[in-house]
Amino acid sequence: MTAQTAERDLSAVIGLEVHVQLETDTKIFCGCSTDAADDEVPNSRVCPTCLGLPGALPVLNEGAVEAGVKVGKAIDAEIPEETSFHRKNYYYPDLPKNFQITQYDAPICADGELAFRVDGEERTVNIRRAHLEEDPGSLQHAGGSIDTADYTLVDYNRAGTPLMEIVTEPDFRGADEVRAFLAKLEEVLEYLGVFDASRDGSLRVDANLSIVDSKTLDGDDISAALEDANRTEVKNISSHRGAQQALAYEETRQKNAVRRGREVEQETRHWDESRGITVSMRSKEEEKDYRYFREADLPPLRVSGWKEEIAIPELPDARRERFRGEYDLSAESASKLTSTKQVADFYETVAAEFDSDLAATWVADNLLGELNYRDMQVTDVEGRLDEFTRLIDLVDGEAITTKNAEEVVLRRMLDDGLAPDAVVEAEGLGKTDDNAVLAAVREAIEENPDAVDDYESGEEGALNFLVGQVMQATSGSADPGTVNERLRAELDE
Amino acid sequence: MVDHEEVEHVASLARVDLDEAETERFAAQFDDILSYFEALDEVPEADAATELDNVFRPDEVREGLTQEEALANAPETEDGYFKGPNVS
Repeated sequence: MTAQTAERDLSAVIGLEVHVQLETDTKIFCGCSTDAADDEVPNSRVCPTCLGLPGALPVLNEGAVEAGVKVGKAIDAEIPEETSFHRKNYYYPDLPKNFQITQYDAPICADGELAFRVDGEERTVNIRRAHLEEDPGSLQHAGGSIDTADYTLVDYNRAGTPLMEIVTEPDFRGADEVRAFLAKLEEVLEYLGVFDASRDGSLRVDANLSIVDSKTLDGDDISAALEDANRTEVKNISSHRGAQQALAYEETRQKNAVRRGREVEQETRHWDESRGITVSMRSKEEEKDYRYFREADLPPLRVSGWKEEIAIPELPDARRERFRGEYDLSAESASKLTSTKQVADFYETVAAEFDSDLAATWVADNLLGELNYRDMQVTDVEGRLDEFTRLIDLVDGEAITTKNAEEVVLRRMLDDGLAPDAVVEAEGLGKTDDNAVLAAVREAIEENPDAVDDYESGEEGALNFLVGQVMQATSGSADPGTVNERLRAELDE
Repeated sequence: MVDHEEVEHVASLARVDLDEAETERFAAQFDDILSYFEALDEVPEADAATELDNVFRPDEVREGLTQEEALANAPETEDGYFKGPNVS
């Protein structure tokens, strides 16, 4: 068999364990804050419970359970009648109690699914389960890398942050699908308001990958083929892009091994992002070594009824469809405008005041484009919605040209934090704009019928009065000569 | 029967170094300890006394320990961190 045919006949099978931090105010089993300030000092958001001090007892955070139920609703999962917590025992300094409280045989969500698009096609991946657990603390390997460090520094500020681990079936066939899935998952979680992608370490992925003969994937049941193939578990993936790179690397590595007739070793591998490779990790515990047993300090949960009681917001796919219908938008615009809940909310506020097409152009093309160029998010300008609608107002009322609005006003609003009118004034943009002058001229005529009468009866002084009115209305930005001309033209009509 | 290998395995999971003599001694002791637990097999099964469920805490911040308090019992610290041996 040539290398080429071998390549064509082999296929990757990938399953994911995605850990996401849930956005609650406090940790999952104690009242310590989860709000990590950029400049916070280590071990400053801790208490006896999250430090694992003797006698301290966990009490479950209701908010974390609500978030878990919301995730379950969004992925169309079952919320079982009863769910409970277990202790997963292992010794590592990031785990102060020497066990992690997690869910084992009774997770809060079971049998869900998530649809996403990749390469223009819709794919659905089955989600086996999703469960709640606590995040460990964080370690610094002082004086070197993980292998060569002299000692370890431990910070328990992160310990106890609520996590949801979402476990998929081995339904992925390539790294691109994984990336698209993760992007969609983040989008949904952000819409639910239970997740903040901008938070450092908020998403961590472990991925299982094995290589099988492509022919075995034709049938419905691939478990036999997977049983025969050794798999590797790739850890330390922390972004969509990282997942794509790590799994593309791992797929090639395993295919090369199979093609050369070598066996793929069943092992855990570490994704080294800086080197762009996966490396073998020392063998970890097997499942039985974790000695799971019921966490007797936490009574079981019976929250299946919450699925009815807790409302979740409109999810991205539904909102996209609604935007296309309600605002008559193209698929591309609707997609851009629903990319995050914040963008969609922003658009709907603008579209309530202006023509939906004009609003779409301004939000989807101009604003998002300029924000993207500056590496900014719509959340950075959320508080300036008034200024942004004022800008569209200026364009819509033809007080400034579209070109000036896009190329000068919007940019200076973002770069210098100026209000649109301030930019118009500073740049003298209103001056050359005949439309603004004309509008002010018509207004002056309408509001001063006496002066108009005087002018019509031959009093030239009345014209000067009207010029003054227009100059005042345009904050002196109009050219007096032009104003004079326009006034005469309008009055003599 | 708890054998030598099992003790070594459990010790490695617990990151404890045992020498040859200790491993032998603990194998015997583990056996004794486990046999005490066999007494539980004779206890008739009974329903659990309480039927608690859904015990929650509201998602509200409560004051914890200061850094100084948190580190007070640590044998070694550095710059506000707990300091421990290298792990991998």
